[in-house]
Amino acid sequence: MNELVHKPKTGELDTSHGPILYLEAVSVSFDGFKALNNLSMYIDAGELRCLIGPNGAGKTTLMDVITGKTRPDSGSVFFGQTIDLLQMDEPAIATAGICRKFQKPSVFETLTVFENLELALATNKGVWTTLFAKLNGTQRDRIEQVMETIGLTEHRLHLAGILSHGQKQWLEIGMLLMQEPKVMLVDEPVAGMTHQEVERTAQLLLSLQGERSIIVVEHDMEFVRSIAQHRVTVLHEGSVLTEGTMDEVQNDPRVVQVYLGD
Amino acid sequence: MLSTLYRQDKTASWLLGAIALLSVLVPLFNFIFPVESALHFSAYSVSIMGKYLCFALLGLSLDLVWGYCGILALGQGAFFALGGYAMGMYLMRQIGNRSVYGNPLLPDFMVFLNWQELPWYWYGFEQFWFAALMVVLVPGLLAFVFGWLTFRSRVTGVYLSIITQALTYALLLAFFRNEMGFGGNNGLTDFKDVLGFNIQSEAVRASLLLISGLMLILAFMVSRWIMISKLGRVVTAVRDQESRVRFLGYRVEHFKLWVFVFSAMLAGIAGALYVPQVGIINPSEFSPLNSLEIVIWVAIGGRGTLYGAIVGAVLVNYAKTLLTGWAPEIWLFFLGASFILVTVFLPDGLVGFWQRRLQAQKP
Repeated sequence: MNELVHKPKTGELDTSHGPILYLEAVSVSFDGFKALNNLSMYIDAGELRCLIGPNGAGKTTLMDVITGKTRPDSGSVFFGQTIDLLQMDEPAIATAGICRKFQKPSVFETLTVFENLELALATNKGVWTTLFAKLNGTQRDRIEQVMETIGLTEHRLHLAGILSHGQKQWLEIGMLLMQEPKVMLVDEPVAGMTHQEVERTAQLLLSLQGERSIIVVEHDMEFVRSIAQHRVTVLHEGSVLTEGTMDEVQNDPRVVQVYLGD
Repeated sequence: MLSTLYRQDKTASWLLGAIALLSVLVPLFNFIFPVESALHFSAYSVSIMGKYLCFALLGLSLDLVWGYCGILALGQGAFFALGGYAMGMYLMRQIGNRSVYGNPLLPDFMVFLNWQELPWYWYGFEQFWFAALMVVLVPGLLAFVFGWLTFRSRVTGVYLSIITQALTYALLLAFFRNEMGFGGNNGLTDFKDVLGFNIQSEAVRASLLLISGLMLILAFMVSRWIMISKLGRVVTAVRDQESRVRFLGYRVEHFKLWVFVFSAMLAGIAGALYVPQVGIINPSEFSPLNSLEIVIWVAIGGRGTLYGAIVGAVLVNYAKTLLTGWAPEIWLFFLGASFILVTVFLPDGLVGFWQRRLQAQKP
């Protein structure tokens, strides 16, 4: 009978209870300022979650905590049921499958589009293996496929530095895909984009959901409405103000007050 | 490998060819042509060429950490000096009883200090293979320990630069002390033989020049190969956006450490080749100013190109030889001024300027 019960080992991702990311009672303060205040939140496997909130609500700090950049003062952060993210550093978290796109596009400008994707490729990232690394056929195909997805195939040999702002954002999303993440954290993907670029980005993100969980932080309400098919979480002063569908959230008087002021 | 290098960069291959040719021709002409011939190179020019090539190798080693990895290391001279001391210790042990005091085991300075026995860390240096091993191991180990502590604590930028200056200064003070057992402020000198050959002979000087040239070419090709590998791209990415690389899953500190240790080993080899050609190694090689000068060579030549470091090291040192002979008091002003001018007007150095000229000519 015993073998019927699946017992995951510590370190193995276990999402059998639904959520892939557990944040419980997380608090972070900087010089007395509470950036996150007893925040609790759960992200389901395969979910596309939008995170909104006014400036200073703690959205970016939240991403910093999940990816290991900032250590919380208290609380717990688990990846699945067994992996304690607070015990891991940035490279370990990234390798475990949580990848992040930064607010400011941060592609490697002196490398080509192809090379940017090659660096992100999910593979052994030790020093010696990297020194002798050679791309095999499957990996090459994978890079081609991702360039296709983000629409940068014809720019493969261009330096990332000469891409337009929107193209850099897509390249960065492509770099996330190369890492084959279980969770993608996407910070302000459409900031500074033209209308057409925003639409393409929305389509891109929608096409990516399901296989992986995606958390999108965005200010642009129209964009959020176009991709928010499930739950939207509103952050305010470092904790969750409310959660629900886009319509529920927009009609919540507290949200209106937070956004419009009193 | 040479063919990929050739396609990669024609200028670099020309430079390699020139170094190879010079390292053969200079000593050859020194042999073949009589002193009165116009084609004769003096013994002095043979040894000064060899010195330049060692400096070029040292500049190359700094370009790996600074130009590619973005670590402004202001203590590269320390690794050079340690490599030099390891070679100097071998050469001291070769003197044997031909020294002034005639002690078969103890070098003169130890006899002078009334020491009765050889300190333990001088054991093994009578063997060339052991000394050669120490030439790379000692700088490599110091770089490993220093780099491991600093990179792991994420010390970067100007703080790291200052610590590297402090490192070389501390070593300077330590090596000045007689009790350290490295000859105090006189250092190690009066060398007689290397591998059984008279170190003063023209044949040995010519061979040392040739070996320095070959070592420089070899180091260049290996460095080039490293920098066009995926590791090279990771390292460049670290230079431009260190934290982003971490979020891609790379352990940035391991990559920095690897490059830092490799570069320290190259600097050690450069020092080891330098010492038999100049005939002395003393603590002034640890002087913080020396390490700053290396940075200036690389900046003037053009960083992040490898051959820019070679061009810079040779040109600046050639100018130094000319100027210090002609008007020594203006040399430092000249060096400072050219550093400022290059930084302001040629931010990519001479090589970068040259490359842009070449590209502008192409349609």
